[in-house]
Amino acid sequence: MSTLSLMSLGSDGWGLAMLVAAGVTLSVASCGFLLGSVIGGLVAWVKLSGGAVARAAADAYTTILRGIPDLLIIYLFYFGGSALLSSIAGLLGPGGFVGVSGFAAGATAIGIISGAYQSEVFRGAYTALNRGEIEAAKSVGMHRALMFRRIIAPQVLRYAIPGLGNVWQLALKESALVSVTGLVELLRQSAIGAGSTREPFSFYLAAAVLYLAITTVSSWGFRRAESYAMRGVRRT
Amino acid sequence: MTLLSTPAVSVRDLRKSFGSLEVLRGISLDAAEGQVISILGSSGSGKSTMLRCINMLETPDAGEIAIGGEVIALRKGRNGRTEPANRSQVDRIRSRVAMVFQSFNLWSHLTVLENVIEAPIHVQKRPRAECIAEAEALLAKVGIVDKRNHYPAHLSGGQQQRAAIARALAMKPQLMLFDEPTSALDPELVGEVLRVMRSLAEEGRTMLVVTHEMGFARDVSSRVVFLHKGMVEEDGPPGEVFSAPTSPRFRQFISEHR
Repeated sequence: MSTLSLMSLGSDGWGLAMLVAAGVTLSVASCGFLLGSVIGGLVAWVKLSGGAVARAAADAYTTILRGIPDLLIIYLFYFGGSALLSSIAGLLGPGGFVGVSGFAAGATAIGIISGAYQSEVFRGAYTALNRGEIEAAKSVGMHRALMFRRIIAPQVLRYAIPGLGNVWQLALKESALVSVTGLVELLRQSAIGAGSTREPFSFYLAAAVLYLAITTVSSWGFRRAESYAMRGVRRT
Repeated sequence: MTLLSTPAVSVRDLRKSFGSLEVLRGISLDAAEGQVISILGSSGSGKSTMLRCINMLETPDAGEIAIGGEVIALRKGRNGRTEPANRSQVDRIRSRVAMVFQSFNLWSHLTVLENVIEAPIHVQKRPRAECIAEAEALLAKVGIVDKRNHYPAHLSGGQQQRAAIARALAMKPQLMLFDEPTSALDPELVGEVLRVMRSLAEEGRTMLVVTHEMGFARDVSSRVVFLHKGMVEEDGPPGEVFSAPTSPRFRQFISEHR
């Protein structure tokens, strides 16, 4: 059977299942990335303006998360989360193994990892701001929240976009590791298809094409966002 | 000089140190409504620091600042340094005191027009349409209305500084502070900014101008204050202080800057 007919969208093809799996990949990566943005923003803020203890904790977080293999972190969240849920369930009634959903564990793990990288992206972007523009905002009487919303956040985002694009690609590729939890995302679906049809190359080739399609479209999107955000900046 | 009404700004015995360096060593200065005061002094004399204390971009260690009779409340912070006692008072006062910076400091992500309407809309909460109409009139006044949809990075230094002046004027300030407004400009662009400042002075605006432009100090300002090592060394109308300086240091300064 040819790759194309294997991947047909009809009832006897695997195309639809692969597309759905690509959707799951996209969802778990997006949820993780967005969680990472929230975590990264908070951690960057702590690093920039927190007290000594908070700053040390934030530094420890980025050091640890960037120093442990991503796969290990996914295992820790999946089995750690399941153990926690099981012990809670054990308190409530007769014991047994309660698993966390692969999606939740995966998105959380990706979020925590991505947050460590994004905090550095945001911190770097903030330090690139022109202090004088912040003074100008103070000098017209902007209070802190207004200044953050109108002057700081748009400019931090502007400088952060290229770095965020890189982190997004990492998140997307990390999502393949979530297949170890049994979540049927793109890589897992390919393995299932490969096993049942004995056509592994066709399935993994199709998966590669789909991953590439997602990254191509998203890096185009990030480039568009960057050129829009940098419209006020002179190219040198 | 006797002041009949409340001074636009009143500075009493202002002191400020950075580490072990004492920059302001007890400065007192009253500016009457409508006065244009040129603040001269060599670098390190404390003139910029004094200006920055007036709108609390620097917090003085000691002394008192009053804007239009309202004293800015200070207190000792936990670390022993002074800090504003009331942030919202500082924000309110800042919205009445406009600052023009040496390096323009226009917001780079906003167009010229957006820079001018930003604070009137979001700080003063005035209607957008009214702010835009006023902003366009101000940009016409400083001669860059045709650049209103440009980003600051695409303007010359002189145009950026004129935009920054329009941004300051849009707040309808009671007092305008200029911190070496022409020092970052190429020589051929200084004139266009000074012309705008001169027209503001002629409108009777209250202005404190830290500058090295002796021509402006001599011809436009109503009063000249010379600072030396954090103290007021000479103070008077330009006609008097330039022709008959009482301070030998000011005499030397004039001879070095003619």
